[in-house]
Amino acid sequence: MLIVAAFADFMQQVVSGLAAGGVYALLALALVIIHRSTGVINFAQGEMATLSTYIAWNLTVNHGWSYWPAFVATLAISFVGGVGIHRVVIRPVERGNVLRIVIVTIGLLVGINGFVIWKWGGEPQQLQSPFGTNTYDVGGVVIAANDIGTIAVALAIVVLLWALFQFTKVGLALRAAAVNPEEARLVGVRVTWMLALGWGLAALLGAVAGMLTAPAVGLDPNMMAPVLIYAFAAAILGGIDSPLGAVVGGLVLGVLLNMLSYLSQYGAFDWFTEELRLPTALLIILVVLLVRPQGIFGRPEMKRV
Amino acid sequence: MSPRPQRTIGFVAFAAFVAVVAVLPSFMSDFKAREYSYVGIYLIALLGLNILTGYTGQISLGHGAFMAIGGYTTAILMVGNEQFGGPISGGVKDLWTLPIAGLVAGLFGLAFGLPALRLSGLYLALATFAVAVAMPSTVKRFEQFSGGGSGIQLFGTPELTGSSANVHVLGRSLTPNDWMYYLAWSIALVLFAVAWLVLRGRTGRAFRAVRDSETAAVSSGVSLARYKTLAFGISAAYAGVAGGLFAIASAFVNPDTFPIALSIYLLVGIVVGGLGGLSGLVFGAIFIAFLPLWAQGQDLGSLLPDRIVQETQKPGGPAIAYGVVLILLMFVLPNGVGGLFRRIGQLVFGRRRYSRPD
Repeated sequence: MLIVAAFADFMQQVVSGLAAGGVYALLALALVIIHRSTGVINFAQGEMATLSTYIAWNLTVNHGWSYWPAFVATLAISFVGGVGIHRVVIRPVERGNVLRIVIVTIGLLVGINGFVIWKWGGEPQQLQSPFGTNTYDVGGVVIAANDIGTIAVALAIVVLLWALFQFTKVGLALRAAAVNPEEARLVGVRVTWMLALGWGLAALLGAVAGMLTAPAVGLDPNMMAPVLIYAFAAAILGGIDSPLGAVVGGLVLGVLLNMLSYLSQYGAFDWFTEELRLPTALLIILVVLLVRPQGIFGRPEMKRV
Repeated sequence: MSPRPQRTIGFVAFAAFVAVVAVLPSFMSDFKAREYSYVGIYLIALLGLNILTGYTGQISLGHGAFMAIGGYTTAILMVGNEQFGGPISGGVKDLWTLPIAGLVAGLFGLAFGLPALRLSGLYLALATFAVAVAMPSTVKRFEQFSGGGSGIQLFGTPELTGSSANVHVLGRSLTPNDWMYYLAWSIALVLFAVAWLVLRGRTGRAFRAVRDSETAAVSSGVSLARYKTLAFGISAAYAGVAGGLFAIASAFVNPDTFPIALSIYLLVGIVVGGLGGLSGLVFGAIFIAFLPLWAQGQDLGSLLPDRIVQETQKPGGPAIAYGVVLILLMFVLPNGVGGLFRRIGQLVFGRRRYSRPD
């Protein structure tokens, strides 16, 4: 009997781990798209997502929109915002040294965080879940509708994005601009716009990640800070230049962290507590960077002297 | 002009600055002296961070974590952690905890410097950022050592920190605020001189060689491993001393005393002061210590129109300003205030100065 209960509990943890992991995967994918195209690690990715989520919350709560129109409008606003951020603040520094780029994205991080607090205050808000708070009992395993919805939306977005990159002309141009900007320019790809488009898509992915995170953990200005670290860990684990790696890395990380919690309840790894989730992500980042810097799916980086 | 008179100007400027620091408390309220002691504390942390990031080119977005190590070392040595079930009984006088705080943080810095050798540029930034974000929850986890989420109070330890009695030093009686001011600034000035000495010689040249081109540095016989770890160690030791002073000045440490925001403010400080310069860092320290007050319409902020202060004094206002300043400086003044002064100096003396610590 105990074993059955333990198994049900195990499956529950897997499902909710996949839901959390789906969110990490989306944000990791955003980081990968930006890193592939512009060679930048966007430290503001989490805060951009928080801002998007506040926009959605503002539309639903203060302007009386229903959820899905607000969702779509937020994606559109975020996309335009992402393109704008690239054109205005990133483009002038993106060819310069790494320190300047990092400082500019940190400037965005702290500035956007300040703006959210300034505009909407620091106290937590409630963003509704579009999937309700129902739970389903599937053969003893209790599954939350929100988890299923989160996994479904994350998968749908990943598939759409893959189709965009693989089957459309814009996608081809995006890939060309990322892989070889000089030659892409020669064959008529408008490279700087493609890079801006990449930032727009990343902002859009962040918006989805934020809107999926808020119902579960509560909307507050620092909501995405830990999610960003998990996304870093997922992207590094999968390979910072590999979209597939980001998705797999996100899901693996989500399930792994839940497994550690689960096992610590049943006596194994009993040193593991909730506080160690973030340090575990940090450990993964460090170990992967040291042992296999290209991640699971990435190719090793070659450098010409 | 030859380097000699330049160095003389440098010494005179430093002596004048020491004199200003020494007499300043006589011209301001007791309360202001405490605020200025934080400028001294930030200056120490900025000196450390700039040795690593500005001079050696190794980005750290997690220096608040090294300050946390120093702060907790000081707090635990003073108060002990037996009340949480830890092994240390405490009772060390506040002043004597500071070298140990620097040493412990420095050792952590050396230890972190070893894996950091294999990380360059963006990846190092990412790893240090993750360290700073993960720091508070790590501290909470080791509760019997650190007091967990509720932290450690340094009050109630008579004749140590947090008492309101005057302090007698060298035949003078100082208010607690003035004492904090002189403590922070005398350490800051000594560490400033130490940083200058380290950077002007062989070690400083090696640091800058690593920053400007690792390949060129290696081919001229500079050991990357040695100098990168050394920079990490020195830099973390500075941060540790600053963290210890920070704990003494606040009479309190908890995991949220050293949030990721602190690491970011330190970055703002070196960017405002100027990457790869020392004297400009005083402005960086003033900027990060006082911007929240300016946003409230105090001091320099009183020059702002009321309508603007109404907006800036809302929570989040200072953070917006930090962000805008970081981005704008990268566009228009990548070498910060220190770089601006160096440019003005070049124009006045009509001669190029090559990059050297000032």
